[in-house]
Amino acid sequence: MKQNKRKIALAGNPNVGKSTVFNALTGMHQHTGNWPGKTVSNASGEYTYQNKLYRIYDLPGTYSLISHSEEEEIARDFICFGEIDVTVIVCDAVCLERNLNLVLQIMEINPKVIVCVNLLDEAKKKKIHIDLKALSSYLGVPVVGTSAREKKGLAHLLKTIEKTAEQKYRKASYVVHYNSYIEKAIDKIEPYIKEKVGNLNTRWVSLKLIDQDPIILETLKDHLGINIVDTKMEKILLEVQNDLLEQDIILSEVKDDVVASIIKTAEDICQKVVVFEKEDYRRRDKKIDQILTSKWFGIPIMLALLCTIFWITMIGANVPSTLLSNGLFWISDQIEKFLNFIHMPAIVTDIFINGVYKVLAWVVSVMLPPMAIFFPLFTLLEDLGYLPRIAFNLDKYFKKCSACGKQALSMCMGFGCNAVGVTGCRIIDSPRERLLAILTNAFVPCNGRFPMLITLIGMFLFTGGSGFMSSFILTIVILISILMTLLMSKILSKTVLKGVPSSFTLELPPYRKPQIGKVIIHSIFDRTLFVLGRAIMVAAPAGLIIWLLANLQIGDASLLKICSDFLDPFAKIFGMDGVILMAFILGFPANEIVIPIMIMGYMSLGSLTEVHDLEILRNLFVQNGWTLLTALCVMTFCLFHFPCSTTCLTIKKETGSFKWTIFSMILPTVIGLMICFLLTQCVHVFRLL
Amino acid sequence: MKKTTLDLLRVGEKAIIIKVNNKGDIRRRLLDIGLIPGTEVESILKSPSGDPAAFLIRGSLFAIRSEDASKIEIEVLG
Repeated sequence: MKQNKRKIALAGNPNVGKSTVFNALTGMHQHTGNWPGKTVSNASGEYTYQNKLYRIYDLPGTYSLISHSEEEEIARDFICFGEIDVTVIVCDAVCLERNLNLVLQIMEINPKVIVCVNLLDEAKKKKIHIDLKALSSYLGVPVVGTSAREKKGLAHLLKTIEKTAEQKYRKASYVVHYNSYIEKAIDKIEPYIKEKVGNLNTRWVSLKLIDQDPIILETLKDHLGINIVDTKMEKILLEVQNDLLEQDIILSEVKDDVVASIIKTAEDICQKVVVFEKEDYRRRDKKIDQILTSKWFGIPIMLALLCTIFWITMIGANVPSTLLSNGLFWISDQIEKFLNFIHMPAIVTDIFINGVYKVLAWVVSVMLPPMAIFFPLFTLLEDLGYLPRIAFNLDKYFKKCSACGKQALSMCMGFGCNAVGVTGCRIIDSPRERLLAILTNAFVPCNGRFPMLITLIGMFLFTGGSGFMSSFILTIVILISILMTLLMSKILSKTVLKGVPSSFTLELPPYRKPQIGKVIIHSIFDRTLFVLGRAIMVAAPAGLIIWLLANLQIGDASLLKICSDFLDPFAKIFGMDGVILMAFILGFPANEIVIPIMIMGYMSLGSLTEVHDLEILRNLFVQNGWTLLTALCVMTFCLFHFPCSTTCLTIKKETGSFKWTIFSMILPTVIGLMICFLLTQCVHVFRLL
Repeated sequence: MKKTTLDLLRVGEKAIIIKVNNKGDIRRRLLDIGLIPGTEVESILKSPSGDPAAFLIRGSLFAIRSEDASKIEIEVLG
């Protein structure tokens, strides 16, 4: 069976439900949607149909194949040289015309295609009728209508794939006709190409030669092992160029004419096969957009939505966190009993239970519930189609800092988890702007830092005050972090990452009803568990280190005490103390354990401890010399310090650079310390507070 | 028929593209989404700060910054 495996490529514009079709065919769970988590590298999956095995490759979503973005080159090379049996091109029924553009371009390279007109249900709702039969006869390729979300039309698609893959001979498919001067040039070049590479699409190769596309020539050389432009070919090309010169046609004009011919062909075909029954089919979306991006309400609505998500996350996480923690510590008791039962030396049991396992359990129980709530909510906004509107609303501010509006999205994701925010930066096309977004992501506090900020606000800024006032302070803290992100982006693009903002076209897709079940599954598997996995990897060894520091004694002081005493004079300059600084350093695997480490340090205990009563906690801190200034400095440093280990690992993975990872750690730390220093010195000099 | 540039098109107005004077990366992106001379566009939205604005181009909504839109010559319809 393996020898007969069919290779299917899945292509299409962004936001057309390509991944939904992919998942429906393979049953594999892969995140849908063009936003964070989009298909950048080729994903593939398998399925069997009528006892035959098919491997299907999900190509990156692109609007065309004529530019030279990384995604487009991946898709084009795969379609051209991947030796695929069929290319299925997923199209959006609501805007078929723009999608046909890509269909025509792909057919030019490899005519063995199936056009899958997806989102038919949505088109039906908008009273858009498409004559699929007529479309098929115009294009000369099979056309299948689907509503992949509703699982409609998939059986037909599977059957058509089988039929098309089996076909040896096929009738001629539609060929785009270009301006006569281009056609003449093709006629000159094509016969010779046919001699050299008969098995490829010679018309397309000829066109690329007229185009003088340098990259495609390189690719051809790589894949075929021959240089098409030999002396004879060079002569022919020179002739063609002279012809163009005589007619006063410059190269850019040729490129424009090629594109225009394809677009006009798509327009022509659509006029014949698509009927818009309702002139104003976008009315509902228009109304929603007018509210969500309005001058006065656009940004407040956005902030309110985000704050609601944070609020639900924090309130909702309390109960499951406690349950999880109880469960995990019950397991710990059982392990301890077992270790005692097999007469494990007490020291080993202690290291394992109070060191490694305790930190691990702690990280899991405080990290998992907030993320399991935040990410589904965020993915819900993504599925609805709201996220691109955030980028639309905020683009101007990011552009002013020479950054990309899409950075607004990775920043918002950073509020959930900086590691996920860093991964989310993939949606930014320009490498410079992507790096900018990655390096500044940790300037907004993540879920792991919110509880610490809230505790500090509750203890020192509004003791026993109303919940409203502390939420207000928290909002100000969030705004400060956003302003800092913008400021840092600006400073970076004026210094180490010099450059002007790149071009920006952003699609605002139609609002869609989210698929709740899928949202939950995908956000938990793709984001939550991914982050948790990386956190656990670091938490276990960190637990060991924390235990060793707290329990190994030199003289009559623990290593932890020696270290924090050593750091103390340095920390004092910045309004903090040695224990606080040690807690931040040891809290590298997860910021959630910073306060427990502080408590452990102040009480000279051997393992992490939690104090639930804010009043007792406040007294403990005050006894150890905390003032309002200390609280402010700790809050500042909590906002601006090196990202957690999970984020650092992710930055390393995304940038592929050790240098930038180190830089991303140093930058916020220096900024945080600077602010603390200024704050402390001002207070001392002017005897404030 | 008023000739102007795309950044000056008011929300709700329609226009025909006359010429695309953008260069490089953005030019290719505009071509990708089907913005060529002769294309009809409608201004649909402005972001809260007025820039970028969103245009209906061949059935899809795209945001374009005013800096880029100012290089696109149009003829206002109606």
